[in-house]
Amino acid sequence: MSEHESEHILSYGFLAQILGGLVVLTGVTVGVSYIDWGFLNVPIALFVASSKATLVLLFFMHIKFEGMVIKVSFISTMLFLAIMISFTFWDVAFR
Amino acid sequence: MEQVKSFYETPSPAGLTGIKAWLLTHDHKRLALMYLWAVFFWLVLAVFLGMALRLELMFIGETIMGPEVYNSFFTLHGVIMIFLFVIPAIPAIFGNFFLPIQIGADDVFFPRLNLFSWYLYMIGGLVAVISLFTGDGFADTGWTFYVPFSVSTETNVSLTVTAAFILGMSSLLTGLNFVTTIHRMRGKGMGWLQIPLFTWSLYATAWVQILATPVISITLVLVVIERFLNIGLFDPARGGDPLLYQHLFWMYSHPAVYIMILPAMGIISEIIPVFSRKAIFGYKGIIISSMAIAVAGSLVWAHHMYTSGMSDVSVFVFSLLTFLVAIPTAVKVFSWISTMYKGSILMTPPLLMALIFIYLFSVGGLTGLVLGAAGTDIHVHDTTFVVAHFHFVMFGGTGFAFFAGLHYWWPKMFGLMYNFKRAYISAVLAAIGFIFHYIPMFILGLQGMPRRYFDYLPQFETGNFLAGFGGILMVAGILLMFINLWVSFRVRETATADPWGGTTLEWSVPSPPPLHNFVNEPEVLEYPYDFSGVLARAAKDKG
Repeated sequence: MSEHESEHILSYGFLAQILGGLVVLTGVTVGVSYIDWGFLNVPIALFVASSKATLVLLFFMHIKFEGMVIKVSFISTMLFLAIMISFTFWDVAFR
Repeated sequence: MEQVKSFYETPSPAGLTGIKAWLLTHDHKRLALMYLWAVFFWLVLAVFLGMALRLELMFIGETIMGPEVYNSFFTLHGVIMIFLFVIPAIPAIFGNFFLPIQIGADDVFFPRLNLFSWYLYMIGGLVAVISLFTGDGFADTGWTFYVPFSVSTETNVSLTVTAAFILGMSSLLTGLNFVTTIHRMRGKGMGWLQIPLFTWSLYATAWVQILATPVISITLVLVVIERFLNIGLFDPARGGDPLLYQHLFWMYSHPAVYIMILPAMGIISEIIPVFSRKAIFGYKGIIISSMAIAVAGSLVWAHHMYTSGMSDVSVFVFSLLTFLVAIPTAVKVFSWISTMYKGSILMTPPLLMALIFIYLFSVGGLTGLVLGAAGTDIHVHDTTFVVAHFHFVMFGGTGFAFFAGLHYWWPKMFGLMYNFKRAYISAVLAAIGFIFHYIPMFILGLQGMPRRYFDYLPQFETGNFLAGFGGILMVAGILLMFINLWVSFRVRETATADPWGGTTLEWSVPSPPPLHNFVNEPEVLEYPYDFSGVLARAAKDKG
């Protein structure tokens, strides 16, 4: 059933690179907060935060190396979360 | 069939005896029975509370209880029925018992987690009981715990929602266990299109449990935080939004309706073909409709909020989406009817109860369209029309499916057969009582009688009297049904391994099944509802 799953050990060096990436992106979050991007303030902050979350999920949580079932389960969870948040805007955005 | 020790005689883990063999068991069948007795207790209690409410309303003015007790009783009735009966009953009892057997497995994937889920269920129930007798009394908010009232009321809301939180976790873990079991433990030859429809319905349900339950958990935590810390999450004066609570609550609680009804539909999909001696019409259609209901049912939550003051655009969009759910639901109903068409019908108590389900559920579904359309909903919102609709779907639907499942699988779970005549009488009595009980509520609702009101205007008295009278008949029918099943323990008429002529794997194992379910390697049919073997055996027996 889980043909694609296998034990996957990532090297300390690689994990350190990911950690470095996360630290840099944290710096970016702080950096962009000093600039007023107007309407884009929130989208930019969310984009950086999402990029960091993606790195954590793909490499620290090994989603990249999981089988299709786990990937589909995870994506469907995110999809439902996105639907639940976005559908409330049918209400909030048009009041 | 060769004589083998049943699971009653073989504890798991081995060596445990007496009550320990039950309280520490890893066996999915024992856990199913432990759920059965616990669920039975809660059902009886909630029926008693519901009956007390209807007796109070039978006559105008205060009769057997005052308004405060009335408010607590309908809240308690709702909380118990929803969180302790309707949501867990079918998955936790029949799902636990039959899902592994139907897919050719010897247990669920996480047996210890299964035991833990049962303990969470019991602890959740216990906390609900404690909340009755502590603080300033049981919550009086209704099972919806709407803000701002749930934040400001002096009653014991915090402990009540804690109970619901714990019960939600139990439900979520059961769902997780089922999804994993279906993915990882299917027997040899059991592809996705060999899985029986009851198991498919549990699979669809389990996904909704996993995806939606965390939302209500967080929401209930927010209510507790708000009560203790007064942050203002739902208070417009401090930037909060009371409608946010309603969105969050219904994001779970509407999909929860499908957690309640999908397994019930799975039971009906098992019973109809067996007693029609005919392959189910539209096997793939029913599978797709189960998954479609699970997905579409998660997108329609705000149809509970048409009169809340949310935007008109939102009302339009959610009304449109609501009507989409009717399509897969109708696919199922038409498939069941088509299965019976030109079938060789064998009337039995489970089939009669399944037919009652189809009738009552259809009325419930069609009156749901009145509520799904925003224009008509505004007229009947928060009236007894909604109460009648909900009970037609949840009790006429899930309740009668539960009774049907109980009578269908009773011989397998206990190895005992019950008295058919009493089963028929009890089902008919319960159904007639049901109709007398809830039809007047539709009419009262259309005439404008609000729900959750302790008293009413004189013009509503006849309807309320009739509803109370129907309630008495219905409860009498249910009691007779339970007594009849209980009597089977005393009469001890032994049931065969396959008393109905079923084709799914649970009918290939002894009644009751052995610890590891299968004595021999299960033979999986290419098509799970292939009755050619059953019909050939019947013809051979005939001569």
